[in-house]
Amino acid sequence: MEFNLTEEQQSIRQAVRELCRKFSPEYWRALDRERAYPEEFVRALTEAGWLAALIPEEYEGAGLGITEASIILEEINYSGGNAAACHAQMYIMGSLLRHGNAAQKSYYLPKIARGELRLQAFGVTEPDAGSDTTKIKTMAVRQGDHYIINGQKVWTSRFQHSDLLLLLARTTPIEQVTDRTGGLSLFLVDLHAAGESIEARPIEAMVNHETNEVFINDLKVPASALIGEEGKGFRYILDSWNAERVLIAAECIGDGRWFVEKASRYASERVVFGRPIGANQGVQFPIAQAYAHIEAADLVRYKAAWLFDQHQKCAPEANLAKLLASQASWEAANACLTTHGGYGLAVEYDIERKFRETRLYTVAPINNNLVLAYVGQHVLKMPKSY
Amino acid sequence: MNIVVCVKQVPEPTGTNRIDPKSLRILREGVDSVLDPADEFSIEAALQIQEANPGTNVVVVSMGPDRALEAIRRGLAMGANKGVLVSDANLAGSDALTTAKVLAAAIKRENPDLVLCATESSDAYTGMVPGGIAHHLGLPLLSYAKKLTLAGGKVQIERQTEAGFQRVEAQLPAVVTVTGSINTPRYPALKGIMQAKKKPVDQLTAADLGFSPEQVGEKGAKEKVLGWAPAEQRKAGTVIKDDGTAATQIADFLAQLKVI
Repeated sequence: MEFNLTEEQQSIRQAVRELCRKFSPEYWRALDRERAYPEEFVRALTEAGWLAALIPEEYEGAGLGITEASIILEEINYSGGNAAACHAQMYIMGSLLRHGNAAQKSYYLPKIARGELRLQAFGVTEPDAGSDTTKIKTMAVRQGDHYIINGQKVWTSRFQHSDLLLLLARTTPIEQVTDRTGGLSLFLVDLHAAGESIEARPIEAMVNHETNEVFINDLKVPASALIGEEGKGFRYILDSWNAERVLIAAECIGDGRWFVEKASRYASERVVFGRPIGANQGVQFPIAQAYAHIEAADLVRYKAAWLFDQHQKCAPEANLAKLLASQASWEAANACLTTHGGYGLAVEYDIERKFRETRLYTVAPINNNLVLAYVGQHVLKMPKSY
Repeated sequence: MNIVVCVKQVPEPTGTNRIDPKSLRILREGVDSVLDPADEFSIEAALQIQEANPGTNVVVVSMGPDRALEAIRRGLAMGANKGVLVSDANLAGSDALTTAKVLAAAIKRENPDLVLCATESSDAYTGMVPGGIAHHLGLPLLSYAKKLTLAGGKVQIERQTEAGFQRVEAQLPAVVTVTGSINTPRYPALKGIMQAKKKPVDQLTAADLGFSPEQVGEKGAKEKVLGWAPAEQRKAGTVIKDDGTAATQIADFLAQLKVI
């Protein structure tokens, strides 16, 4: 059993850390205040090739795995930034890489690797179908050499900053399929060609996570936009989902380490009643406890990433990694805020921003309760609880 | 054209160097080590020449323990073509002149047109190695370059001085030391890191370069460190309370120091 990162993985960590150093806390603070997209950061990341990590070398990427991709995103969050602005490009890729045809891959992947196209938006969730994905109502109807798509999506993030949208739609109504997961299809939609047949309305939220309601009216897409076979889309997005869980877990680990470092430094430096506040067990232990949980979650994250990269089944581990890491980072966030007292709420300390940002991951991209429901039912074989 | 860049792995320069009280050497175990940030400027200078002159071969050369390979890999990730690491237990304890002698022997094998070094390393700061290399190679040394241009078989630099700069030139091959104002070093990008592991690195011992154990390391050193002391703590400043004359008092104080 090998726990050390390879020399290459260490170099990746170091190089991303250095790139992130160029983007100061003030940079992220200003973006948060203005609810703006980190355009400059995403460009720097793309130019250095980091967002093309998963693209095979034959398509001008680096041909790395989810393990390396997760290290990249972890470092962004550890630096005080927020990888949410670009993480989707990593996990959406899973469906295209594993199930796209040669023509789709050779057309899109080099352009994505070069930064000419952004694949940042993923349209799955609908107002009446959240985690119950098979109930989505968006319909794609085949007409000759194209499909006409109608429906509505919600929580579609980064829509305005993406050139492509990976869209899940029903091609066979749910009443006509024997297996509810059947009859769903996945499309890679060119948003520029879509024009006004897709309209996005931004949703204001607690965090600067550019997200939208999306209305699709008679969107015409060529049949060549279909990923894999018609009706098998649900199976294809499972790969994206597992990748997403692992990557989000890594971002939480990055957040958690940021909080723990900030908290332990402040606890050692801040002197009240003649001694550092960290000399009090009431201050010190919650930080140490959060650290312990981060370390534990990190092991599950690496195991899940390893399984994914070995093309082995990894749904339980990927979901557990996300559950444990989001809990640990939220615990660290609270310990950090409590340690800083009132200062923790001051914007210039960056804690309140990171606090809001990391809170998201206990409810998204899947609510932690549903992870527990999944583990209870599918791993432990208990009765369905929802 | 062949460019050799001398690099060194040093303890993370943002930390404080710790000295082994027995050997009086800088402790390198248990500390994060990095490619000396000062060397990144020389690598960048070489890569810019390479970009302007396709076909230019950039070789990074280092003397150090095996793990100094990490510093070489970073140079390769930035874009250098090849690495040379001189690593040998007999080299431990080498003084600056021995280091220069060994590096010069390693550099010579690369048949360089230009040798680039930082003005000094960020750990020991002797600043003697580039001069020593130039001596052993019998090449001119142009130091403190804040700008470097190549033309007509010559290298011309702007040599940083306290008052401004001097423009000096030398026939190639030559050794040039560069300052931190010469450029902004690039970060290794993902492709560079991936390619770095496939690039060749020659690993040499002192014997490979024709040196006996007596000629190098502690045995060959002509210079001996006798002792060390931490820098004196800065003394507390004078606090001037403003009773209406603070500005005059500060001005008088600065005038006394001949600052104004």
